[in-house]
Amino acid sequence: MAPDNLPETTHGDHTPVATHEPIPDPGLPAHQWRPTDVDPKAERRAERQVASLFVLAALGAVGFIASYVIFKVGDNPDTIANLGASNLMLGLCLAVTLLGMGAGMIQLARKLMADHEIVEMRHPAASSQADREAAVDILKTGLDESGLGRRPLIRNTLLAAGGVLGLLPVVMLRDLGPLPGDKLDHTIWDIDTWTPEMQAWWTTQNRTLQRVVRDVVGTPIKVTELEIGDLVNAEPEVMFAVDAETKQPIVEGTQLLVDKSKAAVILHRMLPSDIVSAQTLNWSVDGIVCYSKICTHVGCPISLNERTTHHLLCPCHQSTFDLADSGRVLFGPAARALPQLQLTVDDEGYLAAKRDFTEPVGPSFWERG
Amino acid sequence: MDLDTSKIADTNRGTPATAKKPNKAGAVAGWADDRLSLGTLTRVFARKVFPDHWSFMLGEIALWSFVVLLLTGTFLTLWFNPSMSDTVYQGSYAQLRGVPMSDAYSSTLHISFDVRGGLLMRQMHHWSAMLFIAAMFVHMMRTFVTGAFRKPRELNWVIGSLLLLLGILEGFAGYSLPDDLLSGTGLRIADGLVKATPVVGTYMSFFLFGGEFPGDIVIPRLYILHVLLIPGLLLALIGAHMLLLVFHKHTQWAGPGRTEQNVVGFPMLPVYAAKAGGYFFMVFGVTALMGALLSINPIWKYGPYDPSKVTAGSQPDWYMGIAEGLLRIMPNWETHIWGVTLSWNVMIPGQILPMVLFGMIIAWPFLEQWVTGDKREHHLLQRPRNAPTRTAFLAAMVTVYGLLWAAGGNDILATNFHWSLNSITYFMRAAIFVIPPIVFYVTRRWCIGLQRADNDRLLHGYETGIIMRSAEGGYAERHLPISEDAAYTLTARQRDEVHEIESEVDENGVAAPGTRSDRIRAKLSQGMYADNVQKPTAEELEEARHHAEHSHELEAGLDHPAAGHEFDDHALRDADDVPLRQH
Amino acid sequence: MRLLNRPLGRLSRHRRGPVAGLLVVLLGLVLTGGLYAAFSPASARENDSAAQIKSGRQLFLVGCSFCHGSNGQGVKTLDGNQLGPSLVGVGAAAVDFQVGTGRMPAVQLGPQVQQKEVTYTPDEIAELAAYVASLGPGPAIPTASDYSLAGLTDAQREEAIARGGQIFLTNCTACHNFEGSGGAMPRGGYAPKIRGVEPKYIFEAMLTGPQAMDNFSNGNLSVDEKRDIIAYLQSLQDNPDYGGFGMGGIGPVSEGLFAWLVGIGSLVGVATWIAAHTARTSKEKAES
Repeated sequence: MAPDNLPETTHGDHTPVATHEPIPDPGLPAHQWRPTDVDPKAERRAERQVASLFVLAALGAVGFIASYVIFKVGDNPDTIANLGASNLMLGLCLAVTLLGMGAGMIQLARKLMADHEIVEMRHPAASSQADREAAVDILKTGLDESGLGRRPLIRNTLLAAGGVLGLLPVVMLRDLGPLPGDKLDHTIWDIDTWTPEMQAWWTTQNRTLQRVVRDVVGTPIKVTELEIGDLVNAEPEVMFAVDAETKQPIVEGTQLLVDKSKAAVILHRMLPSDIVSAQTLNWSVDGIVCYSKICTHVGCPISLNERTTHHLLCPCHQSTFDLADSGRVLFGPAARALPQLQLTVDDEGYLAAKRDFTEPVGPSFWERG
Repeated sequence: MDLDTSKIADTNRGTPATAKKPNKAGAVAGWADDRLSLGTLTRVFARKVFPDHWSFMLGEIALWSFVVLLLTGTFLTLWFNPSMSDTVYQGSYAQLRGVPMSDAYSSTLHISFDVRGGLLMRQMHHWSAMLFIAAMFVHMMRTFVTGAFRKPRELNWVIGSLLLLLGILEGFAGYSLPDDLLSGTGLRIADGLVKATPVVGTYMSFFLFGGEFPGDIVIPRLYILHVLLIPGLLLALIGAHMLLLVFHKHTQWAGPGRTEQNVVGFPMLPVYAAKAGGYFFMVFGVTALMGALLSINPIWKYGPYDPSKVTAGSQPDWYMGIAEGLLRIMPNWETHIWGVTLSWNVMIPGQILPMVLFGMIIAWPFLEQWVTGDKREHHLLQRPRNAPTRTAFLAAMVTVYGLLWAAGGNDILATNFHWSLNSITYFMRAAIFVIPPIVFYVTRRWCIGLQRADNDRLLHGYETGIIMRSAEGGYAERHLPISEDAAYTLTARQRDEVHEIESEVDENGVAAPGTRSDRIRAKLSQGMYADNVQKPTAEELEEARHHAEHSHELEAGLDHPAAGHEFDDHALRDADDVPLRQH
Repeated sequence: MRLLNRPLGRLSRHRRGPVAGLLVVLLGLVLTGGLYAAFSPASARENDSAAQIKSGRQLFLVGCSFCHGSNGQGVKTLDGNQLGPSLVGVGAAAVDFQVGTGRMPAVQLGPQVQQKEVTYTPDEIAELAAYVASLGPGPAIPTASDYSLAGLTDAQREEAIARGGQIFLTNCTACHNFEGSGGAMPRGGYAPKIRGVEPKYIFEAMLTGPQAMDNFSNGNLSVDEKRDIIAYLQSLQDNPDYGGFGMGGIGPVSEGLFAWLVGIGSLVGVATWIAAHTARTSKEKAES
């Protein structure tokens, strides 16, 4: 190895570079003592500091146990200064304990432990030339003795077997999920996609058109109930359907969320004269338009409507759609217009969907076309 | 009858040991050593030397945060129910009673409101996850800017990059587990990103969620990823990372007595163990303090996930912020061709660019080695100013990162500063291309300026602030030489060589293979090193000092420290022969 | 006996006088009128007297007609934009909201009118509201009973609050955020912070759809549903901060900021302490 701090070689090709190094290494500076090493008073003071930090840590632990017992949680929790008492006190006591321990150990190391700097020599990361040669020999011997080099048939069949074996875990993952099929092309607005249970309920209703109902409360909507400027968050009525005998919702749990992720809609009433595109006008009822609530970018639900401009803004990535103009994209990363649902009025005067969306709802995918 | 037991062997080694009074600790140690060679291990490892500098402890923040994550996480697993089966809540939090939700969300509410210390552990777990990833970033930046990733540590750099990636994925999986509105929105977006993949997107989406989004199985799958698979990988990689660190020994700053062949510092036992152990408690304690005082992820206010609900200000945790920013500022490019859709607006920011950025991170040591042609081992760190192109590159990348962060929070910026949301997006689209090159240029020139200042100090000494007037009436500031230690530290680095193409053609006019890449390499090497201020040769140094000695008249009467510089070094000096400045 | 036979006072001598009856009637009228004025509920809504409308119109002409027109019909600019919208049919509720929260009179026209100090007294606001209500039928100012949970059992109250939360999360949080901290709208608009806002104003805002906010008329969200939303917001405010300080209630952005500034900042500070040069002395250690 070259002397002092000079590298082994300089150019990659082993030609040495000018070595007019200006200053030689002065060596490690002389060790200087700390006040706690030479002055017994300073030493005792540091000891007291460290000890009191450890005592503080112990007290913190006791405080933690006390807080655990004293402060209640549950439906009527204790509070301190409008903060949850249990969380606050447990956390503060734990912090005191841990910080006390840590500070004590660090102060001990800094002030009282021997702090002579030690020199340890490095060794090159590479193994020695002898070792390398020995390794090559060993590998050669091993390969030789295995006979694989001389037996191409065995080697090739071994490789083939190993390769096929590696496919097995991949195959085993096939049942992770069903194939998409055409599921993404339909929503629960399409009565033909309903389960038998839902169909059974539908026959009791004696209607052909599915109503648009208010979200959370599930009540159907009459045209006269909405004023110009109203924005309604709505769902298909089957989501609130209840089985007459069991009194249980027909669509619930994770299936309800799956259906909501495509079927959620918004209704907005504007002046019919504000509507720009012919399709939007044709599919509206008296200025009430209905659009999918699911953004065509990556699927967040949208209901930020700027009433004065009827621009609908998605909160996730700020895609903006024009509700008066077929849901056209005005700004932001969404590439496709918001799908519109054709509205009509059923026999009893409630708003209903004429049929399902005419295009897939939600984020784009390869097969969408 | 007393037996003389003094000569009976009490080990089964070659020579009979002298019988000593049995020592309990010694007996245990002996029992263990008989089976494990602990003595050898102790001899080799217990006094391993670690150099001392605050910037070397940043990786420790990550390491100890990981331990905190394991501890708090284990606590949480004792109560968390990773199931998406629906239930109707009837627990302590009144605002959600009667609301249908998944078991995962309900059990998280239970932990937060009915388990003493549950909310604290949840909050500490989340805070330390954020600290874990933030610490990996600062550690990575320190390693990058000081050149600690150079040979032989490239592999450790690669392992570290993988740790960063896994940490981010682990965090995403973790905060999605409670199945609340905010993280569910994040899963929805992830589903959108997956669906945009060409050809296999919908299949991947259905396989991930076990059907259509949200399905009923993604939370249990994320759970096993979060508590078993990724932590296992993290532990293995952290182990490898530490092993390489011990094997290669830690890098150190140049200075008196510190060379490429040694490492100077404190031994593991007892000093370093105490400092590192103490730091563990400090990291743990700071996390506890934050868990006590700062409310994080109040899932009860978000409510259970529902695809028809969303909150304004929906952002992922900070470490996913750049992906969010990229998604927001991306223009809405999509191609519809031959009956298929290519969603560039989702693929580029969500899949392609993150992979490119990550690829750049992993490949950097190899790229730099190719440009510089430097195949030497390096154990001394470079000051950032001495590698201006690399430092400037980091500054530019940090700028890009910061701008994308800001873009990810553009609605928060708009609300708080009363700016137009659309204007922020347009600004960011341009800014990520315009501002980083400016930052690159400024940082690079700044580093080179600092190099020149260093060189001046080395050649001409430091400015004392004393203005001398010569007999002719000229004014000059008196300089005094810096100490030998300081001068040595400034020169203990290697000279840079610009890679030059030997020749593009050989003697017969045949073009050398790889000329094109060689030319690029030469250009990059030129850009990297050409403006660097190399350290002076011995002759140059002599000349500069000699030149200084000529100004005799300016040196008259100054054999004591300049006024105000009496205590320039740390020692309380009362000796005349101690150098004037130690730094 | 002397008590009963004492001489009569001066007042008593006038009891059978000619004006005695008239005085008694006058006293009775004064008493009745005074008691009525003192104890009858003063309600601006019920008191749309012509006088209130008249003074409301005076105030309107001075402070509002420049943008809204002298008859509240709105003012169009030469290039077809609207300076101030028509107030015909906006109702008393809109006026009470806009003027009562200080948004109107608008001083700084921009993408959105900012909330500032209230310019008018409550009486003046009532008068303005009465005047605008007289321009055309519109939503009336809600009474406290519209949005209060009084009269409900504890179980019903809890149910109302929980339902209000679900309605809030479906309809409101997209703009106003899960805690009512507000959010961004296009081109400089914003949904303001609704935490800490009076229940009456929240009700009126839902009812009238101020500025760019959508309407949530009573046919969209019924009065009970609005009441539930307000009750939920109140309960959020009344709740303690279970986990500690909320850092602004805007979610992961402020959490990340604190993680970096407080967490990494303090830990880097601790690292600097651990590795710092400790105090040194030039004294030598006595060899022991």
